[in-house]
Formats: sequence, C-alpha cells, structure tokens
Amino acid sequence: MEYFDSGFGLFLLILGQCLLVTVCVLVALAFLMYADRKVWAAVQMRRGPNVVGPWGLLQSFADFLKYIVKEVVVPAGADKTIFFIAPMITFVLAVIAWAVIPFNEGWVIANLNIGILYIFAISSLEVYGVIMGGWASNSKYPFLGSLRSAAQMISYEVSIGFIIVGVLISTGSLNLSAIVMAQDGGYGIFSWYWLPHLPMVVLFFVSALAETNRPPFDLPEAEAELVAGYQVEYSSTPFLLFMIGELMAVVLMCALITILFFGGWLSPIPGLPDGVLWMVLKMLFFFFLFAMVKAIVPRYRYDQLMRLGWKVFLPMSLAWVVIVGIFAQYGWFWGAYQRWTVGG
Amino acid sequence: MIAFAFYLFAGVAVASGLMVVLSRNPVHSVLWLILAFFSSAGLFILMGAEFVAMLLVIVYVGAVAVLFLFVVMMLDVDFAELREGFARYLPLGLLIGLVLIVELGLVFGTWVFADNAPELRAAVAPAPTDVENTVALGQLIYTQYVYLFQAAGLILFVAMVGAIVLTLRHRTDIKRQDILDQIYRDPATAIEMKDIKPGQGL
Repeated sequence: MEYFDSGFGLFLLILGQCLLVTVCVLVALAFLMYADRKVWAAVQMRRGPNVVGPWGLLQSFADFLKYIVKEVVVPAGADKTIFFIAPMITFVLAVIAWAVIPFNEGWVIANLNIGILYIFAISSLEVYGVIMGGWASNSKYPFLGSLRSAAQMISYEVSIGFIIVGVLISTGSLNLSAIVMAQDGGYGIFSWYWLPHLPMVVLFFVSALAETNRPPFDLPEAEAELVAGYQVEYSSTPFLLFMIGELMAVVLMCALITILFFGGWLSPIPGLPDGVLWMVLKMLFFFFLFAMVKAIVPRYRYDQLMRLGWKVFLPMSLAWVVIVGIFAQYGWFWGAYQRWTVGG
Repeated sequence: MIAFAFYLFAGVAVASGLMVVLSRNPVHSVLWLILAFFSSAGLFILMGAEFVAMLLVIVYVGAVAVLFLFVVMMLDVDFAELREGFARYLPLGLLIGLVLIVELGLVFGTWVFADNAPELRAAVAPAPTDVENTVALGQLIYTQYVYLFQAAGLILFVAMVGAIVLTLRHRTDIKRQDILDQIYRDPATAIEMKDIKPGQGL
C-alpha cells in the first residue's frame, strides 16, 4: 500500500476517489430523479413513471438514453461556443462541489480548512451557466430567464452567506468535518445545530430553494411566463447537462443542510453507531422535503421574491449573526453557541 | 508540479487578460475577465493563501463580474462602431501603456527592502506554519486592528449612503405595491355583493 502514499500512486488514489464519488452521486441522482417524479405524482394522485423496469425504476436511464441519442439543435443566431460551454459549466461546477463534502468521518476527497467557503464559491459560480446559456441562445425568453436568475441567485446567496457565518461563529472553523464534529454533544439529535439555530434552518431551506431555482422560486424557467426560461433553445445532451447540474445542486444543498444543521453522519439517538447511512438518510429526507415543496407550493411573483430576499431574509440573517456572536462570546445557553475547539 | 501549475495559471491569466482587451464582443471580454480572476485565484492557492483565493472567487467572480455581465449584456452596443475607434485611439493607448510601464520600471528598479522587514512583518502576523491563514487574518483584522477596520467600514457605509442619496428620487406618479396591504386584504373588504334585478343592469 506504500505505493499510494506519494507520486503517481497518490494521483491514482485521488483519481479513484473522485471517480467513486462522481459515479455514486450520478447513479443516486438517476433514482432521486425517479423519486422526485414519484413524490410529485403521488401528491397529485397520479401513478408517475411506472413503465420502464419494475415499478418504473429504470425510467431515468431511459430518459438519459433518449437525451443523448437525439439531435442537438443550435439556433442560427446563437453564439455557438458559449452556447455549448454554458451547460458544461453548470454540470462541472455541480460535480466538483462534491469534493469537499464529508460523508463519514474521514470519508472526504479534500478535507479543506476552508471547505464551506469552497462550496459557497462554487455555488456562487453556478449562476454563470444560466446567464451564459440565456445570453448565447440569442432569443428573448432565454435572455429574460437568465436576467431573472442572475438577480435571484445573487440575492439569495447573500442571505445564505450570513446564515453560514452564524454556524461558523458557533464552530470556530470553516472545515465541514469540524462543523459536524462540533455537533457531537452526547444528546444525539438535541445537540445538533438545528436547535440553537432553529430560525436559520428555515431561512436556509427557503434560500436553498431560491438558490437552486426550485419551485416555488423557479422563475428563471417559469413555464407559464417564459416557456422554459434559459433552457428554451437547448435540446439533447446540453439540455441533459443543465438538468443534471440543477438536480445535483439540489442534492448538494440537501447535503449542506445535513452537515450544517443536522449533524452530518452523526446518529440521532445516543448509543447507536454513527455512519454514512445516517448522512444518506438525512439527505433523502431533505430531498423529500424539496420534492414536496415543488408539489404543493404555488410559484412566487418576481417582485415578491426579491422583496423576500432583500427586505426579510437579509436583515433577519444579519441580525442573527450579531445575536450568535454575542451568545458565543459570553457562552450563554450552556455554551450551545460556543463549541470552539481552538482559540476562543 | 507546483512550477507547472504556476505557469499554467499565470499563462492563462495573462492570455485571458489580453483577450479582455482584444476580443470584439464585450460579453466575451467580461467572460475572459472572469477567467483571469479565476486563474489569479489559482495563483493565490499556490502561494498558500487559500482564504484570499476563495474570497476572490466569491466576491469578484461570484458577485462583481456577474453585475458586469448583467450590465454589458443589456447594453445595445454597435460592435462595428466600437471597432472603428480602435485604430484611432491605438497610439494614445499605447502611449499611456508605455508611460505606465516606464513608471512601474522606475519604481521597482529602486525598490529596496528595509533591513528589518522580516521582523516588522513577523511582529504583526503569526508564523504561517502555526495557524491557518483564515485564523491569522481574523486575528489581525478583527482583534489587532479592529478600530481601523471599523473605521474603514464606516467610510464605505458613508459612501454607500451618499450614493443612494444622490440617486434616489421619490416618484409620486407611479403605483407601488404595499405587501402588507395585499396580505391583509380579505373578502369582506375586497368584494361587494350586489343584488341585481334581471333586465335592469347596474
């Protein structure tokens, strides 16, 4: 095994880890897509996909095949280079963010000191896929969609940033594994951050919906107003890349909520072993919530969306940062807000 | 390996910087600019300044450049007209560039470090090997120089208020949305039931 400690061996090892995570996430995504549609169908008292494979389980793979064998149609007036770069950017950014997500103690490709900043940087870049796609299509609906999404994603990034700052103040570290370990308090589910940071859990969930363009905030692709927004001119594989990228961002947000507020891989009941299974279960639960929201909440009006982001979420999260700062500095509430392992 | 990465990032940064100026489409220029920011972030990571690198990506690429792109995309630019002026202003631009290079050369040519420069630096910053640079920056900005930092923040705040005051116009001839008003509307106040006799109308 010494071969894997340095040089080419280390390179091979990291490459293998990356492939493993990517393949696992992509395969999981195929079934999550199916689950999404099934939940949605169940709410509307339909059956959902049930033809391909047992209970329709292979539906996503059939869709995948259909997308890649179809013809790619490029609009005549499109800026061809950017038109094709845009979906690739969306997809690549969605994939590389997984490099710092810890699935279990030590189960992470890159255990960065600044893991949460890395995630935040990647998710702030994701807007480019949408803007570039909308602009390069050189047509009205995509352009309007991309303008909407630029404003929307930037607005909600600000409040997500402040919510994350609150968690960081409590932990005293930007490392995602350290954030999870700081929630290991001996009371199981009650020592996680969701309890001291309860208002921010709700805010984070709603902001995550807006950040990933999910309903009720899917205004960039609102089909009733903009047909499909920035995706109108896309077909075949580029469209598939956009779709996978978006869904992957959603699953990433599920992972982020799990890590920041719900103790990552920690077991909710003291005494039960911690492990990757808990992480997956929690992520599935939040994905279920995302799917339910899509099914039961009507779409927001655009000016209300902006108002919510700037006039409600931003002041609330900013105030919360100050409150957490004071609680943490003076160690109030039995040190629930002050879980520093270094410094102080 | 590090040298290879350095030359890759530096080369891409310089090349994309050139393309910012040379590309004919302003939107392409902004996209090249973003690539330049990104490569600089890579250079920061190579220097071990991962915090600054991430801030560069979040602030400049994630926010500032998006606004650039936003504005440039919406401008109705006549590309032919833009290119027309390029040849005319080229000598002036080259002259300014030359002057800048000469000035920079003069400055760097006479640059001498103070003899006690390493000690001066070590006096304020903890050794890079002891703490991660996020912690080091935090200690410097928020603990050691907190009053200066607050003063800088205050100046920015005043500038922001000034900009808003200068551009804010209270218009009375437009219809505004009052969200609370809309939320508290109920059928009792919004609907009036009328009993209309057939054939009479209102």
